[in-house]
Amino acid sequence: MSKPGAIDFSTFPDASGHFGPYGGRFVSETLISALDELQAMYMSLKDDPDFVAAFDHDLAHYVGRPSPLYLAERLTEQAGGARIWLKREDLNHTGAHKVNNTVGQALLAKQSGKTRVIAETGAGQHGVATATVAARLGLSCTVYMGAADVKRQSPNVYRMKLLGAEVVPVESGSKTLKDAMNEAMRDWVTNVDNTFYIIGTVAGPHPYPQLVRDFNSIIGREARRQSLERFGQLPDALVACVGGGSNAIGLFHPFLNDTQVKMFGVEAGGKGLASGKHAAPLNDGIPGVLHGNRTYLMEDDDGQIIETHSVSAGLDYPGVGPEHAWLKDIGRVEYVTADDDEALDAFRRLTRTEGILPALESSHAVAYALKLAGSMSPEQNIVVNLSGRGDKDIFTVAAIDGIEV
Amino acid sequence: MTDQNRIDRRFAKLRGEGRKALVTYIVAGDGGLQNTVPLMHKLVASGADVIELGVPFSDPMAEGPVIQRGHERALAGGASLRKCLALVDEFRQNDKDTPVILMGYANPIQRMGEQVFAEAAAEAGVDGALTVDLPAEEAGALNSFMAERNLRNIFLLTPTTTEERIGEITTLASGFVYYVSLKGVTGAGHLDLESVRDNLEHIRQFTDLPLCVGFGIKDGSSARSVSANGDGAVVGSVLVSAVGDAVDASAAEERVGEIVSEMRQALDQ
Ligand SMILES: Cc1ncc(COP(=O)(O)O)c(C=O)c1O
Repeated sequence: MSKPGAIDFSTFPDASGHFGPYGGRFVSETLISALDELQAMYMSLKDDPDFVAAFDHDLAHYVGRPSPLYLAERLTEQAGGARIWLKREDLNHTGAHKVNNTVGQALLAKQSGKTRVIAETGAGQHGVATATVAARLGLSCTVYMGAADVKRQSPNVYRMKLLGAEVVPVESGSKTLKDAMNEAMRDWVTNVDNTFYIIGTVAGPHPYPQLVRDFNSIIGREARRQSLERFGQLPDALVACVGGGSNAIGLFHPFLNDTQVKMFGVEAGGKGLASGKHAAPLNDGIPGVLHGNRTYLMEDDDGQIIETHSVSAGLDYPGVGPEHAWLKDIGRVEYVTADDDEALDAFRRLTRTEGILPALESSHAVAYALKLAGSMSPEQNIVVNLSGRGDKDIFTVAAIDGIEV
Repeated sequence: MTDQNRIDRRFAKLRGEGRKALVTYIVAGDGGLQNTVPLMHKLVASGADVIELGVPFSDPMAEGPVIQRGHERALAGGASLRKCLALVDEFRQNDKDTPVILMGYANPIQRMGEQVFAEAAAEAGVDGALTVDLPAEEAGALNSFMAERNLRNIFLLTPTTTEERIGEITTLASGFVYYVSLKGVTGAGHLDLESVRDNLEHIRQFTDLPLCVGFGIKDGSSARSVSANGDGAVVGSVLVSAVGDAVDASAAEERVGEIVSEMRQALDQ
């Protein structure tokens, strides 16, 4: 438990949505009242026993939770150090952690009485998870996706369409996740009366970073309990990839007050930090304002947001959730990178040694965990968030291998 | 309040004459950096009262497709916040009276530093700023740096702004208040005149500042109708679209001049 004088992480953000200097609400005036409404609704429901029971029910019977904590024995052997445990979010319905959040926000959407949901998506996992809950509730659904991502994640585009969603390719800017988010915001400003915006990561204006974190914290709560059951103590280290940061904060948050647990957030190193072609704002960015919050960003000297690069669409984002920006500054979490090649190696390694095909996003976490494990001792334990499965990525990997599928 | 600045003087003059303000928006550097200052003079010569100079941003979240493209063109042509300030400085060599407002997004200002920005803006001859994604809650620091330099802080009020917030925002606002006529992005087309009228009347109870109405104004007649209950109209997308469609700078100037003259005449009728 936390010592006197130590930070109690459960008390953040503050009432106006700030994590230290980060977070807040940087949106045009039209959206303020919708955010106020959402915040009031969320605050009144989040500890309401009926709401909590409905959420837990959906997680158990629709998503298929709890997800296993799996000891990757052969991977551990190869890494030659600490035991590597995989938190299997890839086994959730729709194949990633994203559904934890969309199930939660769908309950809010239903409560709000709005008849239409919208979302932005990068890899398409959040778009699929949103289209899924919309189908289940009979809500109309529009998903914005950068035109470049529509190309590289085509299986997910078709899944969304099968689920009844309209997928709108976004042609502006860099044609990736950030532009999809701009377009979703524009839709929301226009249709705020009947539309609920389901943001897919712990970014955006307050209260999104808080509520997306809370819905994904089921990952860390389960992992904490499972760790005690399986190896009788808390893990020595947690590792998760960081795009916007929702799977990472979901795993980390329930452990933040356990100061002995080390945490590593793995950003996309792309072609290497030195090349400038990456998506690692916490490693190589500076604080600024984008998409409704203050956080670390990839930007030029004029404050223009610059294009990012990662082999994984879900990490290809120039910002990061504000809570991570703060956790970096205060030193509670260490943010590192894995580059494209390391992620691809880890993708192949996990597939061949454990029979688990990870998402390219999650492969970044696996890549770093392999290094970290090697530097630790065999009686120590690392929990890696395996945030999603890799079926959506086989075309990308095949193309890199020069194979037509 | 401190000394009057160009914005206050202009609105006082218009009020005295019983005329409405015509506020015109273009994107700095759109159509070529070297053509922006001549275009600003053309706006004034054709009857604009206030120039809103859009500061291009890579992620202009509140803009519709027309102004988004204007931002993209301007950035491709090398525009930046520093260059916008240099353009205003150049404009001031031949125009000491027309108020100029910078309209843009928070990040370029944050990158420059809010205090540095306020000082540089005052130095260049800027009169105020409207930062779209800086709502009242987050605007405190920039506001006070601006006020120290006798610059005005223009705020948006929208159809969704609650009564309580109208009170808060109008206390922070200076220069004039920008009423967004519709729920949507710039250039949208679903103007509801009746609701504009009711909302303006409501806002009047909170402030004596001039009220200008923008978003969705396409021509003289829509400018005239929305400003009937306000103090002025803001026009943007049609001008940016004219710049984007023009074959060259002189064609852009000519077309922009025609549009602005037509609006001026409609407002003065
Ligand atoms: C499987 C998977 N992991 C991670 C991410 C990155 O998002 P976040 O950092 O919010 O977890 C994505 C995003 O699309 C994803 O699909």
